Amino acid sequence: MSVIHVQAPGLFTTVQDLGRGGYGPMGVSASGAADPVSLRIGNRLVGNDEGAAALEMTLLGGSFLFPQGAVVALTGSDFGAILDGSIIECWKSLEIRPGQTLSLGPTRSGARCYLCVRGGIEVRLFLGSASTHILSGLGGLDGRSLRKGDVLNIGQAETSLPNAALSAQALWRLAPRKILRVTPGPQCDWFPESSQHLFYSGTYHVTEEANRMGLRLEGDPIPTRSGAGEMTTEGVSLGAIQIPEGGQLIVLFVEQQTTGGYPKIANVISADMASVGQLRPRDEIRFEKVSWEMARSLLREMEDLISG
Amino acid sequence: MPTSAADFAQFKPASDQSLLIYFTHQVTLDSHQHVTKLLRLLGSEPITGIRNLHPGYGSLLVVFDGRKLGHDELEAILRAYLDRLEDVPLPQPRQMEIPVCYGEEYGPDLHEVAEMHGLTDAQAVELHASATYVVYFLGFVPGFAYLGELPQSLATPRLPRPRPRVPRGSVGIAGRQTGVYPFPTPGGWRLLGRTPIAMFRPDRGDMSFLSIGDRVRFIPISRQQFAEMENA
Repeated sequence: MSVIHVQAPGLFTTVQDLGRGGYGPMGVSASGAADPVSLRIGNRLVGNDEGAAALEMTLLGGSFLFPQGAVVALTGSDFGAILDGSIIECWKSLEIRPGQTLSLGPTRSGARCYLCVRGGIEVRLFLGSASTHILSGLGGLDGRSLRKGDVLNIGQAETSLPNAALSAQALWRLAPRKILRVTPGPQCDWFPESSQHLFYSGTYHVTEEANRMGLRLEGDPIPTRSGAGEMTTEGVSLGAIQIPEGGQLIVLFVEQQTTGGYPKIANVISADMASVGQLRPRDEIRFEKVSWEMARSLLREMEDLISG
Repeated sequence: MPTSAADFAQFKPASDQSLLIYFTHQVTLDSHQHVTKLLRLLGSEPITGIRNLHPGYGSLLVVFDGRKLGHDELEAILRAYLDRLEDVPLPQPRQMEIPVCYGEEYGPDLHEVAEMHGLTDAQAVELHASATYVVYFLGFVPGFAYLGELPQSLATPRLPRPRPRVPRGSVGIAGRQTGVYPFPTPGGWRLLGRTPIAMFRPDRGDMSFLSIGDRVRFIPISRQQFAEMENA
């Protein structure tokens, strides 16, 4: 069996696929890649099923030795990859010879880079998914981020799917955005006109408290309507923008809690969730309201671009 | 003519790929049963395109694949399900017991909570352990059961500043709710005690110790019993 030796894990590297659906009634959120668009494209580049498990690196990449070699692709942000002294391009499939080491450094663009390997990363599935759920310590490799000395198994490549590369134009159109498009949240009427105006005209900074569970933002506080009262806890959706007392925003992300008790002013559209996965602390973002129809057509457009 | 849940349920899009169904905005046993019945019906007769379900007190968030379904289309399908809710049988609730060691380092907020209500620590423990609670739903993190309702005389607001890390097994209260933290997580509930039993275990058939609809009692145990059960 082919393996990967983790010589340096990077800042925070986990095994991720497209997550586990259907376990919300147990309090288990879907999890999965923070930037699923990059994961899917990377898997297609190496001839995998687009939901195969890969390594998700955060801000700083690791070093990986391939004793038996492998076919890999790097997607997402550019972490300055080097293979035995040569600079490696992202968004391309690449053959690694037995004994070569792939080394990545700090990010030169967004928050996350994916290392996809033909055959996928093989770990024991938890509820049908290889995705690591850090908070509960489940899934992935022992429910944790990678450490130096870990050895990862590479799965058997099934029938050799064609290596599908995306056009430069498609990649450009799928590039991460800093203006996130949103639809109104279920409690948007808890926020008066003046708060709505603040929200849609303001700029926000991603704080250091930004992880796979959620991203805390910093900006002008958004007050709720006076006498809005208390919410009863309800199910919350991926990308929900909730505003606790104090008025600072929290965007719920892939490893989200399944329920919450804070009012939600808006929700990032599905087509822009991969962009959230590329946000780094201190990034400046804004929100732009779109119609439900627009959100839906942008999702379709994204899907068409990914499938080429 | 009997009324259908479809007559009073409210639908609200939560995102471009999710829809909320509200039976009520309050905490009532009636709406809890509506949520439970709808979950059961959707479990036995799944709708193509639904990806996930997040139950709440009187509501259910339905997450769907936006390439296969739209809000209006899904609402129409769900209304037909709601018309049939009355006929969905609910199983006899399970009676579950959770041993808890109250106070000291296991329940760092017990004394303050008791004082806020003019009670002794022992009285506060007795109140918490005297009620039979309903598992309204599981949410937040894997295996976290929202239990209600806490006796009014013990109802206490959340901590003004949540703890960054609540130990596994901690038993907390917030408003008229109580619950057990299955994993070390951040949390703003006031902690009265701790249980040695695992609330979520991936190697167990059910995984979650509690299920929606269960009836739950807390059984006070000593520190020695806690240690014995933890090492068992």
